[in-house]
Amino acid sequence: MTTTLPTRSAAKTPTPVASAPRRRKPRAYKTFRVVALTLTVLLFIAPLAWMLIASLKSNVDIFDASKTLFFTPTLDNYDNVLSRNNYLIFIFNSFWVALLSTLFSLLIGVPAAYAMSRFAMHRSALVVLMARIIPGVSLLVPWYFIFANMRMVGGFGVLILSHMFVALPLIVYIMISYFDSTPLELEEQAQVDGLTHIGAFLRITLPLSVPGLATAGILSFIFSWNNFMFALVLSGANTKTLPVAIFNFVSYASIDWGSLMAAAVVVTVPIMVIALFTQKYIVSGLTAGATKG
Amino acid sequence: MTTMVTTKPSMWTNYSTWANRYRKWLFAAPAMIFVGLLIAVPLGWTLYLSVTDSEGSVRAASNLVGLSNYFEVLTDTDRFWPAVMRTFVFTGGALAVELVLGMCIALLLWRPFRGEKWVRVAILLPLVATPVAVGMMWRLIFDPNIGFANQVLSWIGIPAQPWLSGQYTALPTLMFVDIWQWTPMVVLMLLAGLTSLSDEPDEAARIDGANSWQRFWFVTLPLMRATVIVTVVLRGIDALKTFDILYATKGKGGGSFHEVETLNIYAFGLSFDYNDYGIASTVLVLFFLLIIAIMWVLTYRRKANRS
Repeated sequence: MTTTLPTRSAAKTPTPVASAPRRRKPRAYKTFRVVALTLTVLLFIAPLAWMLIASLKSNVDIFDASKTLFFTPTLDNYDNVLSRNNYLIFIFNSFWVALLSTLFSLLIGVPAAYAMSRFAMHRSALVVLMARIIPGVSLLVPWYFIFANMRMVGGFGVLILSHMFVALPLIVYIMISYFDSTPLELEEQAQVDGLTHIGAFLRITLPLSVPGLATAGILSFIFSWNNFMFALVLSGANTKTLPVAIFNFVSYASIDWGSLMAAAVVVTVPIMVIALFTQKYIVSGLTAGATKG
Repeated sequence: MTTMVTTKPSMWTNYSTWANRYRKWLFAAPAMIFVGLLIAVPLGWTLYLSVTDSEGSVRAASNLVGLSNYFEVLTDTDRFWPAVMRTFVFTGGALAVELVLGMCIALLLWRPFRGEKWVRVAILLPLVATPVAVGMMWRLIFDPNIGFANQVLSWIGIPAQPWLSGQYTALPTLMFVDIWQWTPMVVLMLLAGLTSLSDEPDEAARIDGANSWQRFWFVTLPLMRATVIVTVVLRGIDALKTFDILYATKGKGGGSFHEVETLNIYAFGLSFDYNDYGIASTVLVLFFLLIIAIMWVLTYRRKANRS
């Protein structure tokens, strides 16, 4: 990081300012850039690789410093996690909670975002977006009480509702900026051709917004899958999601590191695979609003 | 739907006309009702609990105690103020490093190059990784006895560090974890800002003979002000509310010396370990006000700068 500045300014020295029509960075800068980028990639990937490696080691090998990189890989940890600790159930729970909370949030969030964008309902939008600021803990006590009264604590309904609290503001936020950038002309054209306002929204705008919907949906799925605090309080023994299951892994006297890492891999790999295939959408969703100023 | 509208008048037409006339509210209503029921009501309840001595069970009888909870919390130099301090240190420290590091990486990625795709994938992975799993992963790496971190230190002759288990090293270590996971977010946001800049100001400065550093500091950075502020606001909100990695690595109360107990962890412990709902709600109200105040200052400054 500190080396950036000297090298970047060193880059200009051999470049004659006026006589270089195409900017050609000197070799030193190119080398520096390759080294810096390699270091960056290593910094972000190495810990994840370490997690993967540890998940393939027996616990004896994890404790043996001489076997840091050279060891006999084993799938025992995965076997332990998936068959003996019933992680398949938790994977199933996480998946359904994430999927349903995303779908329901899209169902109510997308029309709301549309109305807020087209009618410039800034105050309403602000109310929904406030949900991004509120500390989740401040909702948990009332929620726990309300849902305990309705005998819903420990069920899927309450988990889905609580995860919608995360998903909905995200979807509204992304979709508002998406609808803001969608031209009005096509909708107006459709109305001239006889569609109603709602018809134009359903038949013209919505199909055109598929990239935006994908962005919002994927991100909200990821955030719900990763959510820990709500499920920690509101889930029951049978409705635990993966992050809670992993957390419970360490509350025993000694930590079974191999299995813990296998469990960590089990929760992160699906989401990373999704991220690899939908990179474009994730980036556009995360950076929504970054350039609006 | 539309074919129905053009045919004979019917109940459906009436309904459709009505729906189209009030579509603004019809569309917004479900989301607003959700927000009202699941967010506004609980928030109001929290506000109410903060002036009661509710304890043990929310159902148990409680008395209105006025502002005495606030007095108690605001004079609590044992747990509350240290937690405020830690929240600020954690957020401020992590955010500052993330911004500087993120800007450096964004500048590296700015101009296209071969293999760009792979670098982008690499920085996306920490971002989507489940925070609890990330916490567990670093817990193994920073384990004082078997962790890779101390192994590396021993290769270069530095004595082993306690990392997460040390009273004074735990918070900085967790700031590092936060930086590892969320710098990519800052990179992506700044990169989106950089790519949207026009080349001309930079080009003009180049012709005027400005060097790389001058062009960055006097041309690019001022143009990036809006993006940087949005990044600070969004990342800052999340950093203030950090819960997962703290709780996953240090557990209840932020460790035996409360060494990583931020406001969020403190409020969570008061609510679900001590069941002290009155005080917990007071802490949460103050926490919420604090976040709003910080956001207000940041966005207010933005408006002031713009006009």
